[in-house]
Amino acid sequence: MTLTRIPSETRVPAPPRAPAPSKRRIGRRQEAMAGYVFLTPWLIGLIGITAIPMLYSLYLSFTRYNLLRPPEWIGIANYERMLSDPNFRHAVWVTLMFALVSVPLKLTVALGVALLLNRERRGIGFFRALLYLPSLLGGSVALAIVWQAMFGVTGAFNNLLGLVGIEGRGWVNDPDTALWTLVLLAVWQFGAPMVIFLAGLKQIPTELYEAAWVDGAGRIRAFWHVTLPMLSPVIFFNLVLEMINGFQGFTSAYVIGNGNGSPAGSTLLYTVYLYLRGFGNLQMGYASAMAWVFLIAVGLLTVVLFTTGRMWVHYGDGDR
Amino acid sequence: MATLTATDHPPTTTRRVRHPIAGVLRWAVIIAVLLVVLYPLIWMVGTSFKSQRELASNLSVWPEVFTPGNYVEGWTGLPGVTFGRFFLNSIVLACLVVLANMASCLVTAYAFARLRFPLRSLWFALMIGTLLLPSHVLIVPQFVLFTHFGWVGTLLPLVVPKLLATEAFFVFLMVQFMRGVPRELDEAAMIDGCGPYRVFWHIILPLSRPALVTTAIFSFIWTWNDFFTQLVYLSDPADYTVSIGLRAFMDAAGQQAIGPMFAMSVLSLVPVFVFFLAFQRLLVAGINTTGLKG
Repeated sequence: MTLTRIPSETRVPAPPRAPAPSKRRIGRRQEAMAGYVFLTPWLIGLIGITAIPMLYSLYLSFTRYNLLRPPEWIGIANYERMLSDPNFRHAVWVTLMFALVSVPLKLTVALGVALLLNRERRGIGFFRALLYLPSLLGGSVALAIVWQAMFGVTGAFNNLLGLVGIEGRGWVNDPDTALWTLVLLAVWQFGAPMVIFLAGLKQIPTELYEAAWVDGAGRIRAFWHVTLPMLSPVIFFNLVLEMINGFQGFTSAYVIGNGNGSPAGSTLLYTVYLYLRGFGNLQMGYASAMAWVFLIAVGLLTVVLFTTGRMWVHYGDGDR
Repeated sequence: MATLTATDHPPTTTRRVRHPIAGVLRWAVIIAVLLVVLYPLIWMVGTSFKSQRELASNLSVWPEVFTPGNYVEGWTGLPGVTFGRFFLNSIVLACLVVLANMASCLVTAYAFARLRFPLRSLWFALMIGTLLLPSHVLIVPQFVLFTHFGWVGTLLPLVVPKLLATEAFFVFLMVQFMRGVPRELDEAAMIDGCGPYRVFWHIILPLSRPALVTTAIFSFIWTWNDFFTQLVYLSDPADYTVSIGLRAFMDAAGQQAIGPMFAMSVLSLVPVFVFFLAFQRLLVAGINTTGLKG
């Protein structure tokens, strides 16, 4: 089944090959016409829902606009203000901390558990499905509510700590620890990358391990010299995906931070701050400027990932 | 999974000596991981069935006596609006989004996967580009746009974009799927005199069923779990979906009502859980194709 194909490369996919021109009765013009007929809804969406709003938000980012009065041109004042806005700088810091800690941690756990599961023959399907469940549920409001209660003063986490005689505290109410509960919630959803790792592990040819045993490599050296290089395209794929997702987290931070990044702004992710500026204070101009900075930052990050990726991602020579 | 062969698991077949304790240890670790992962869910369900007294005194995960009181109390929801309304709103919205995504993404994917037309590569590259575009970048201008249309406070801003195939993940998933459908079928139909429209209707549509099902499931779950766009566009409590209603309930009831809040949280996850039970193999296959998140 085509659905189970693992993305073995993470370059931007090439457009599907054009159908062979032979043996066809319909003309090329008719086919081109049909192509655009089928493409019409998407094209309208691209222009009306994506392109024009993007340009409009670029324009808004140079204005002061509160929806009630027409936008007022103020040049780069919004961008200048960002530099001196302590909340903005704080939000950038919180977001970086969150993404740069949660993503590597999540991928490490995902790979570790995938390696454990991969060595079993029976029952994998069952465990894989159950471990994947948090990825489906974790982004919901319900889980954010549960998380907030679990890491509260009288929550389950403190009950567990109490069993081993440690006195807990209100983890979500303490500015020093609140962000780490968000990180834990993100890591808890390691199931999705784990499933992708498992599929990747199955693609590694047995002969490579046999060759490694023959050469006297132990388990650990086989991992470093066979598993990791062969898995690097999948690791890269997961890294790009999770990084982009990591910077866009909103629901759990909004709910756990009581809608304002509390306590003391410690859970004020960039997206939450953008929302508060735009829809809390109706500062559409400032929010648009923030959105463009965000877009450029995510774009740059993607470029950096793809550039550095070339240095460590090993695309097999055999099949390419 | 019954036909697993040795080649599916390369390391085990080449292990020279397997230590029996290693296997036991590995299973112990796997089960420990599973318990840690499932603990919050078990705690959530257990707490939702505890009585007010047990909430204060019983520290164990599971209640001594199962009481449905929290569910009865929580269901009343906000003043004048019950959770029944929120569930109905969520179901209507999710079904509309499912239908819109299936229809619009299928026709778009057919154009990209099967038809030749000028600028095709450019459009395809742009489609992939929108995959990486964060939704937060577009929320402000789209909100301004939909305000001018008078759509804010209705379901239109949540459904109309889906009719225009803006969910590029599903377009990509279907293009990938259609690449696997043998082209000989199209060609045979064309020799019989079918044009592109009839090929779409008689060949691609029926053969794309697995991809359509995957799209439907993910569309449903994503819309059900979505909070951000619904928070922006829905303002009247009577229009609230389950996510927004739950969050508003949390604000109104405060930390005191942990029992009812947990009860409604459990209920809000039931549809996703049912989908998971029914389609878990398809879901797992789906993330393998495109890296779709849950």
